[in-house]
Amino acid sequence: MTTYDYWSIVQGSFATVGVSLTGVLLGVPLGLGLALLRWARIPVVRQVCYLYVSIVRSCPAVTLILLIYFGLPQFGLSLNPLAAALIALSMTAAAFSCEIWRASLIAFDQQQYDAALAFGMPAWLRVWRIVLPQAWQSSLPGLVNEMTMLIKSSPAIAVIGMVEITRAAQRVGARTYEPMPPLMFGLFLYMVIILILVRAQRRLERKAPGFGVRV
Amino acid sequence: MNLSDFVIVWQQYPAIWAGFVNTVTLLLLAGSASLVLGIVLTPMLMSKRPVIYRSIGFYCECMRCVPFLLLVYLIYFGLPSFGIQLSNWVTGFIALIIYNSAYMAIILRAAWQDIPQETVEAGKAFGLHGNRLLKRIIMPLILMRATPMIGNQMTQILKDSAFLGIIAVSELTAVMNAIQATHFIPFASFLSAVVLYWLICLVIEFFTLIFTRYAEVRRA
Repeated sequence: MTTYDYWSIVQGSFATVGVSLTGVLLGVPLGLGLALLRWARIPVVRQVCYLYVSIVRSCPAVTLILLIYFGLPQFGLSLNPLAAALIALSMTAAAFSCEIWRASLIAFDQQQYDAALAFGMPAWLRVWRIVLPQAWQSSLPGLVNEMTMLIKSSPAIAVIGMVEITRAAQRVGARTYEPMPPLMFGLFLYMVIILILVRAQRRLERKAPGFGVRV
Repeated sequence: MNLSDFVIVWQQYPAIWAGFVNTVTLLLLAGSASLVLGIVLTPMLMSKRPVIYRSIGFYCECMRCVPFLLLVYLIYFGLPSFGIQLSNWVTGFIALIIYNSAYMAIILRAAWQDIPQETVEAGKAFGLHGNRLLKRIIMPLILMRATPMIGNQMTQILKDSAFLGIIAVSELTAVMNAIQATHFIPFASFLSAVVLYWLICLVIEFFTLIFTRYAEVRRA
């Protein structure tokens, strides 16, 4: 393996992190939207959200990406691999983060909401000023965990031709006829990325409200 | 895209059925094997000897950091260089077990740290120790506590199994990919795959719910 080979795998890691991070940044607000819709108990919308979350959560990353990349052009919506990967990952992130948000919304203290109501705050202000800051804090560790999960499922985007760590490593292996060294290097890169995230998650968990509280 | 696409997909039902059965077989075999291995590994994780819990802990941490596809490639390309030739199916099966037993062990350890100490103390007071304490008192408690998490992991195994199509194991996604490539009906065939995966997940959820109910009645 030459220096360039190492560099190409490191470049792949930029793609892995970049795509997963964008997926989270797009998916988490969407998930919040879904969770709020479910929280608001609007009759049909609520069931639709539930169905979406249930289907997308049980769908393998590979299948979802293939569906979007090859399926959407049938509706005249041609996508390049990057866009397809971003759509698939943010759909997954939205479904998973919806569950995380929903858990912290359920745990939210109803009395505070009533207090805000007594102060005459309109609905959006109640959510923005009272609910969100607290739900955000208690969801953060779960959301970082979600990011880890997304990075672990990101090799699925290699199927549609995006060059990320796994595919970059495999390409080097296919050229040098020695598949193991580049794969081991890829493994090392994943470990670095995920260990950083796990550290961050532990730190956030310690800061989260309710840590160490025994019921 | 129109509805006739779905008719074309479902005319291939022998192939789809074979892929579906393959996926479910992988799920059931790999799921139960990794649960059993997880049950074996957990006492080692909780062992008093640093050599044992450090090495098993290292293995679990490694698996937590590796994407499944990378592990599949490592095994797929790694074993032949040791002179071991396995079929793709067996390679994928082994990868599923190696990967998910670590997760099972982590799940069971979390449940272990959460069991009521009084029950374990009571077991000790009745003269149970070592293996018998583990088998009669600790493991049933842990398994009952961890049921929902084990169900989650089963879903995860199902989702991981879709990666095995990449090393030419003819599971559900691979079969659907072959169908869409022959008939140019990607949306209908992959959507059918998604629905089938969803159905399997609903079945997993159903059984998890039954086991959780069973556990809640008997919970210490």
